[in-house]
Amino acid sequence: MNAVRKRRLKVILLIMLSITIAVTLVLYALRSNINLYFTPSQVDITTMKKLVQFRMGGMVVDGSVHRDQNGLDVQFQLTDYKRNIAVKYHGLLPALFREGQGIVVQGHLDQDGKFVATQVLAKHDERYMPPEVVKKHDT
Amino acid sequence: MIPEIGHFALILALGVALIQAVVPLIGVWQQNTVMISLARRCAFLMALMLFVSFACLATSFLTNDFSVLYVAQNSNSHLPKIYQFCAIWGAHEGSLLLWVTLLGGWMCAVAWRSRNLPDEVVAQILSVLAMIAIGFLLLIVVTSNPFVRILPISPTDGRDLNALLQDPGLVSHPPMLYMGYVGFSVAFAFAITALLNKKFDAQWAAWTRPWTLTAWAFLTLGVVLGSAWAYRVLGWGGWWFWDPVENASFMPWLVGTALVHSLIVANKRNTFKAWTVLLAISAFSLSLVGTFLVRSGVLVSVHSFAVDAKRGTFILIFLSCVIISSLLLYAFRAPQVRDQRSFSWFSRESLMQGANLLLTACMLTVLLGTIYPLIIDALHIGKLSVGAPYFNAVFVPLITPLLLLLGLAPLIKWDEGDWMPVWQRYRWYLLVLICVAIAVPWWYAGTPKFGVTIGLLLSGWIILTTILRLRVADGKGGRVWRSISLNCLGMTLAHIGVAVCVLGVVLSQAFSLQREVAMSVGDSVSLGNYQFELMGFEQRDGPNYQAQEAHLRVYHHGKVLTTLLPEARTYSVQQMSLPKSAIDAGVFSDLYVVLGQPLNDTRWTMRIYFKPFVRWIWAGGFLMMLGGLIAAIGVSRKAKLLRQVAYAK
Repeated sequence: MNAVRKRRLKVILLIMLSITIAVTLVLYALRSNINLYFTPSQVDITTMKKLVQFRMGGMVVDGSVHRDQNGLDVQFQLTDYKRNIAVKYHGLLPALFREGQGIVVQGHLDQDGKFVATQVLAKHDERYMPPEVVKKHDT
Repeated sequence: MIPEIGHFALILALGVALIQAVVPLIGVWQQNTVMISLARRCAFLMALMLFVSFACLATSFLTNDFSVLYVAQNSNSHLPKIYQFCAIWGAHEGSLLLWVTLLGGWMCAVAWRSRNLPDEVVAQILSVLAMIAIGFLLLIVVTSNPFVRILPISPTDGRDLNALLQDPGLVSHPPMLYMGYVGFSVAFAFAITALLNKKFDAQWAAWTRPWTLTAWAFLTLGVVLGSAWAYRVLGWGGWWFWDPVENASFMPWLVGTALVHSLIVANKRNTFKAWTVLLAISAFSLSLVGTFLVRSGVLVSVHSFAVDAKRGTFILIFLSCVIISSLLLYAFRAPQVRDQRSFSWFSRESLMQGANLLLTACMLTVLLGTIYPLIIDALHIGKLSVGAPYFNAVFVPLITPLLLLLGLAPLIKWDEGDWMPVWQRYRWYLLVLICVAIAVPWWYAGTPKFGVTIGLLLSGWIILTTILRLRVADGKGGRVWRSISLNCLGMTLAHIGVAVCVLGVVLSQAFSLQREVAMSVGDSVSLGNYQFELMGFEQRDGPNYQAQEAHLRVYHHGKVLTTLLPEARTYSVQQMSLPKSAIDAGVFSDLYVVLGQPLNDTRWTMRIYFKPFVRWIWAGGFLMMLGGLIAAIGVSRKAKLLRQVAYAK
């Protein structure tokens, strides 16, 4: 093997090695930072691991929103027209949050099977409905 | 009548585009000068047709012609005039028209500003641009025509523009962003032409540089304006959310930045050529991907508006045609490009190559995070979203070495670099910088702040080297400021812009304060050194909304500083309520209040932020844009001078 080839081989090996490391790190970062997405009827309260973060999309049930006195603790029901799940949230709700509106919440289930939301996302289109809920609503 | 003229002009433009795409290429093949010269004329004619079409749509909007479906869906007679005009690009159809109209503008500019290029090359470039125009015009005419009428029963008033879009951001952000996206089509056309002719010389890079710099500057401005808009309107106090649509504009920017730099090497050192061509193709392809992601509705994002599957399929087909054909061409032609010059492992070339690779890696990680949910969904594994923590986790380790290189590379010589003189000149500065970067945040916060120290160090390093680089030895042992060219001034500004932006990001992330509170009239809360007192509420009527306006008096150390007036607006037509944040903007910090919801008649929830140095993020972006434009002027002047010298000989 001549010197040029040897050098080339070294460079190629170095590149391969760095790509491998980079891909591993990226996939690791990805694995720990994804949020699975469900609708209320797909959420299995009994078996789903507690304290695992996921996202849940559905419609806010009419008349289900209850605020406490200081106004920052909110409870409401989220539905996909098959099953309702109670959601607890502390903080400011987005302006487009309304009863009967399609929203997405991020958080985890607590011991009683209630959803503790850390984030509430309302769509910026008032006619929005999560696609899976549309399917269930129409059928 | 006017919408029909617009529609007709659009179809004419499509016809002209077909001629412009085909005839000049035949002309080049058969050496027919008449056919070659047709390219420029077609370009002007097509731009005129597109302008007429755009003007017709604008007229329909401004005269409240609600018999036009698109106008009826996106405008209202009570909408302020400026938003009636900007509603043109408020939705899918009109923004495509804006896209292709801007393409016409760029084409005109190419036809006009390229008198010194060989006619055949110009003809080929314009032909490639026309092919892109055909794709977009077909998309508009076939699937999303903005001139469709609702006849005979047209509505008396429109459905109004989406309330979120009724912001000064709409006036400037989309046109600037599209100017950047479309501008990369010129770099793309230059690259394809080079591949067709198998001619990649320093001259080719010199021609491409001003166009790419201009497009990059516009894209930078577009991204910055978008970020400032999100900060103002979304009311979360953030300025970047790693939203798929934001990523869609960020990916071409990253590749565009790499392209701008690798073009310098291609121009000055006649190397990196195949890589530069690949970057040019990628930058434009990513611009198309950006348009596709935003407009096809495949992504769940704040930007996803109502969509039509047919359009998505069309854009996807167009996208794959462009990407596959250009990459095939690249695959066949690139091996014939040889970089004659080699350089040592430590030289400005090698450092710039490193920076280029890092920028590309940044783009790939963003791309992965953006399309990962799509892939998983397409494979029916499940539904998921990739959150901001992923992007932060992978982005910071990539951007840190990149910023180090940004400060270092300009100090190192081309070809054969030597780090000793650099080390000897800068070591004391570096030592002082490290001490300051550790001590100042520690003193301010009371605890050592690792992230802030790194950020201060990197931005200080960039500012220091960028400025000190301008002082050169005068031959007598001292140093003098050297006279700098426009080109160098542009680079200096842009690099300082990066440092300013990094400072803004790091300091605003580290020292922001926020509070969520429920307040009644007369209540007072404190945040840092500021007190906020709710004085009362007032009803206010806007042109197309009613607003509940809160009066918050802000005290700093007990003294009245200002009164903030956040609003909760209800837009009458869409029955959509939106908060309008109140921001007391300052050079060093912003105070930001946004209303939540009323708990009863006198009690409201609200969110209050203290955001130090947040303006620096956008100020840095503006500096980058300014630097890009100045460098573009400098580069094109230099190219002209060189040509004049060549003619004189």
